[in-house]
Amino acid sequence: MTDLDAARWLFGTSLAFHILFAAVGVAMPVLMVLAEWRGRRARSAVHLELARRWAKGTAILFAVGAVSGTVIAFELGLLWPRFMAFAGPIIGMPFSLEGFAFFAEAIFLGIYLYGWERVSPRLHLASGVLVAASGALSAFFVTLANAWMAHPAGFDLVLGRPASLRPLEAMFPPGWAHEVVHVLLSCYAATGFAVAGIHAFFLRRAPGHAFHRAALGIALAVGGGAALLQPLSGDFSARELARTQPVKLAALEGHFETRRGAPLHVGGLPDADARVTRWALEIPRGLSLLAFHDPDAEVKGLSEFPREVWPDPLKVHLAFQVMVGLGTAMAALALVALGLAWRARAVPGHPLFLLAVTAAGPCGFVALEAGWLVTEWGRQPFTIWGVMRTAEAVTPVPNLAVAFWAFAALYLFLGAMVALLLWRQILRAPPAPGSPESPRGAAP
Amino acid sequence: MTPADLLAGAVLAALVCYALSGGADFGGGIWDLLASGPRKREQRDLVEHAIGPIWEANHVWLILVVVVLFTGFPPAFAAVSTTLFVPLTLLLVGIVLRGAAFTFRSHGDSRDAVQARWGLLFSGSSVLAPLLLGACVGAIASGRLRVTAEGMPRSSPGAWLGPFPVAAGAFACALFAFLAAVYLAVEARGALQEDFRRRALGAGAAVFLGAAACALLSWREAPIVFAGLTSRGWSLPLQVATGAAAAGAFAALFRRRYGLARLAAAAQVGLIVLGWGASQHPYLVVPDLTIEAASAPRATQVPLLWALGIGAATLIPSLWLLFRVFKGRTAGSPGGT
Ligand code: HDD
Ligand code: HEM
Ligand code: HEM
Repeated sequence: MTDLDAARWLFGTSLAFHILFAAVGVAMPVLMVLAEWRGRRARSAVHLELARRWAKGTAILFAVGAVSGTVIAFELGLLWPRFMAFAGPIIGMPFSLEGFAFFAEAIFLGIYLYGWERVSPRLHLASGVLVAASGALSAFFVTLANAWMAHPAGFDLVLGRPASLRPLEAMFPPGWAHEVVHVLLSCYAATGFAVAGIHAFFLRRAPGHAFHRAALGIALAVGGGAALLQPLSGDFSARELARTQPVKLAALEGHFETRRGAPLHVGGLPDADARVTRWALEIPRGLSLLAFHDPDAEVKGLSEFPREVWPDPLKVHLAFQVMVGLGTAMAALALVALGLAWRARAVPGHPLFLLAVTAAGPCGFVALEAGWLVTEWGRQPFTIWGVMRTAEAVTPVPNLAVAFWAFAALYLFLGAMVALLLWRQILRAPPAPGSPESPRGAAP
Repeated sequence: MTPADLLAGAVLAALVCYALSGGADFGGGIWDLLASGPRKREQRDLVEHAIGPIWEANHVWLILVVVVLFTGFPPAFAAVSTTLFVPLTLLLVGIVLRGAAFTFRSHGDSRDAVQARWGLLFSGSSVLAPLLLGACVGAIASGRLRVTAEGMPRSSPGAWLGPFPVAAGAFACALFAFLAAVYLAVEARGALQEDFRRRALGAGAAVFLGAAACALLSWREAPIVFAGLTSRGWSLPLQVATGAAAAGAFAALFRRRYGLARLAAAAQVGLIVLGWGASQHPYLVVPDLTIEAASAPRATQVPLLWALGIGAATLIPSLWLLFRVFKGRTAGSPGGT
């Protein structure tokens, strides 16, 4: 493993790890607040209990999110000092504002988690709302920085150095809007589906259990709502990419030759050397239609660009297929849920439906990771597109592989411990007040 | 005052806040490790109770230092990140293990054996982290780290290790342990309060020894800081103020005036951090990067100052609320007898 490869692996692993907890940190407060709000308004003990239980799980996940985020903040310098020396003054603004969003999030989460008995119900609920708002805000700011890397703006390049910096312009580079919307939705969709999956699993064993039904209702409302919007937002992203990052779009669609009425490749394996995508289901004019909402529009192919600026179309295309496939399935399931809930005027409880929700539990997070891989791999070989290559950004410090393996082991250990603790916490849940029967008592 | 000076001042202020809040959290972990006597369990419970709601917020000061550094002084961030790669990476491992272990202990399996294992990980990394943090500060101040104008390393990856950084690391541990013991004494009641009073007095003595050792070593090992501490206009007043705060903390502890002791101890720690910053002025990384040389363009620094101002306007009331809820007079604590 070269030092560059080790740096990529280490950074990619750290972010892939952090993003799981970050997404939970964005969305879980919304679920908690909704549960507490219902609990207080409808005087529902079940919902209040639910808010408390969710808060307990969130405490664990949030702590891991905070420490893994700290790792990333330092790794930006530890692994990519040249990138940061170049980009820091340009995109430091969103990072600095993000810092204050972190403060707000951590402060009000502290009040929310530990303040049940100490502050008034109003202040408690308001703290929850502030946690939710500042979580979304921190995701917003950091995504702005990511958007800038894909489409740098707000400076002039003079002899390889940035000049005439315009930090406010850099903060909102072309393409920021689609990315921010899509990222935020993904947090709610992924977390909502994961939580719904867990409670659907328990509902199958204890049908009608009031606690799990309340949980499923809220999780499906948030997750399903976001999942329904996600394909729309994804379509917006693809159209923006066609305009602002045509190389990435070509790579993620496995589209090699520039043409009018370009077909859409569903599945298939792009072969960069032969410049074709094999074994794909081709939908005639599909790509032109999606990218420009015009079946005859011209879509630029990879061949339009020199080979040195191509990302690896195989990796990017496959990751994209995973995200879109899962996203479509999630949206479909959300529609079914909406229909069922409409007919029954209640949280649907059909065993087959519950089975589907259980199975869909991990899909959101898989789609989220895959989507980030599309974005990050799709930017290669550049760290700052067109300006700085990844190989130029890396640190001169040797033996990075050691750090990679150490952190990989650390994340594996933490991940396993978090899973174990959450599992225990869920199983240990005593019967919720007002439930017809108790769930399984002790841990196995 | 240029924008660069103001920003450097903001970094130092954030470091002071980090020492006063996050530092005390580390110190709490140290007392968890050193818990002893008949009230071992109560001591640990008090630490957990005191840190629980606030440690995540306290920790964000460090993040703020990092982002302001890479936005406002990019070569300094590059210099620190490359030359201190090894201690910073270890520090990260410590921060991760500490936060995770603390949370797993509070929210996890309540069986004693499991709790003890997480507790050991928590308290062990609470020693590791300030040790490394202090060593990084010591290395930056000592002039051992040599870099180019872009912040790329000219010295070897092992250059940070030396007697002065090691002493600074040990000093940081003593200082944070002292601060935490004083804070905990305020929150404890009865016999537990006496436990932490004794610990605060002991740690205070260790701080004194550590300060003396660092000062002696700096004469040869960190000449710029030594000169700063001894021969500038403000050196004497600063030393006197720090000494007075230390003496005040001791006296208040003796007389069991805990609120006063907390104030004096915080002043002492804050002045020590300020003293370090002032003594290496105008260097960010001694001896190759000054504030001016490492500055980002004005077009960045001015908006950054605005952002910090607006951020502070939201932060201060929120922090005030947090501490009022959990540390206020009426907050009470179950840690006492
Ligand atoms: C729950 C997760 C999730 C789901 C269901 C989807 N996505 Fe997505 N997608 C993401 C989560 C995600 C993301 C959060 O991981 C990314 C990475 C960066 C970004 O902007 O969002 C992403 C990126 C991303 C990009 C690249 C944007 C860029 O690089 O700027 C495109 C074109 C799409 N998505 C399109 C779609 C479409 C057409 C979907 C239809 C179903 C879809 N996504 C579902
Ligand atoms: C370069 C990328 C990133 C950096 C440097 C970074 C840094 C950090 C840091 C330092 C924290 C800890 C804050 C605390 O102590 O409370 C954190 C937490 C968090 N991050 Fe990130 N992060 C990055 C990527 C992301 C992304 C992509 C998202 C979301 C889309 C995100 C959302 C969050 C959220 C919501 C938290 C709050 C803690 C939690 O919920 O677990 N971050 N991040
Ligand atoms: C807003 C947040 C993010 C920022 C600012 C960011 C920034 C960066 C930077 C600076 C690099 C190193 C240089 C490069 O390889 O181009 C990188 C690489 C990478 N990132 Fe991100 N990233 C973010 C989110 C994510 C997320 C959430 C993932 C999760 C899967 C991720 C996965 C990766 C991977 C796999 C690489 C290595 C790419 C390669 O070299 O092939 N990133 N990112």
